[in-house]
Amino acid sequence: MKNEVKTHEDIKAIRKLMEESTRFLSLSGLSGVIAGVAALAGALLAWLFIDAPWSLAGVAALVLVVSVSFAYFLSLKKARRDKRDFWTAVSRKMLLNLSIPLATGGVLAIIFLIKGNLELVVPVFLIFYGLALINASKFTLGEIFYLGLLEIVTGLLVAVFPGLWLAGWTLGFGVLHIVYGLVMYGKYGK
Amino acid sequence: MKDLISNLNKIFESRIRLGIMSVLMVNETYDFNSLKQTLAVTDGNLAGHLKALEKEGMIAVEKQFIGRKPNTSYRATEKGRVAFKEHIAALESLIRDT
Repeated sequence: MKNEVKTHEDIKAIRKLMEESTRFLSLSGLSGVIAGVAALAGALLAWLFIDAPWSLAGVAALVLVVSVSFAYFLSLKKARRDKRDFWTAVSRKMLLNLSIPLATGGVLAIIFLIKGNLELVVPVFLIFYGLALINASKFTLGEIFYLGLLEIVTGLLVAVFPGLWLAGWTLGFGVLHIVYGLVMYGKYGK
Repeated sequence: MKDLISNLNKIFESRIRLGIMSVLMVNETYDFNSLKQTLAVTDGNLAGHLKALEKEGMIAVEKQFIGRKPNTSYRATEKGRVAFKEHIAALESLIRDT
């Protein structure tokens, strides 16, 4: 009987280690909601400054900084609450896999902005962000894979219908993040 | 019943060794410090168990330098993978049968 309990505990420990050593589980759902709200605020600002592409880039950068900071602090808090380490081999791998496509997309968007291919800026942002999420999904909660797919679809649609760029931004960075964040919040807590 | 117990590998009896193998089954390589962090054990304790697993040919050690810092990482050998899978299967059937 005592042995049986020990065996059960061993198997539970093995499962937990296998999951925690390959996936970063402290990603905060609430930070998704905040990123979505920041993007909606950004869309409103962009709508007011619609004639100046560089102010749009400024707004995008601001939204990015706000979203990343909140994601960092809320995930750090979540890791502490769940008594998990935050800065581990897995979280580093996840960040690396997230940032390579993201940085590529950011640079490409800036190149398009400089060259005057304005209608491609928002699609590139959305598509590369989607690819970054899919790339990172192997190392964190699997749900961001689907968020990534939806971002790519939104980006491709905006590429076909450039007039919808503001709607694409609002949907891709605003609505999708809020929905995703709420789903994660419900499933895994803050 | 006798077969079952013979499939339970003595080398994996310790919880820490089970932990090391679990991590190495799902990660290609894992470095010493990250293992220490994941398993929440002390240097000496971890080193001892790693040595034992290495001696049995369950894991392989890779030493390299990252910049000027030495970095030791570990990976499960084919033999280790097979042995660990058998051990887990034996553990699981032990639970099912009792």
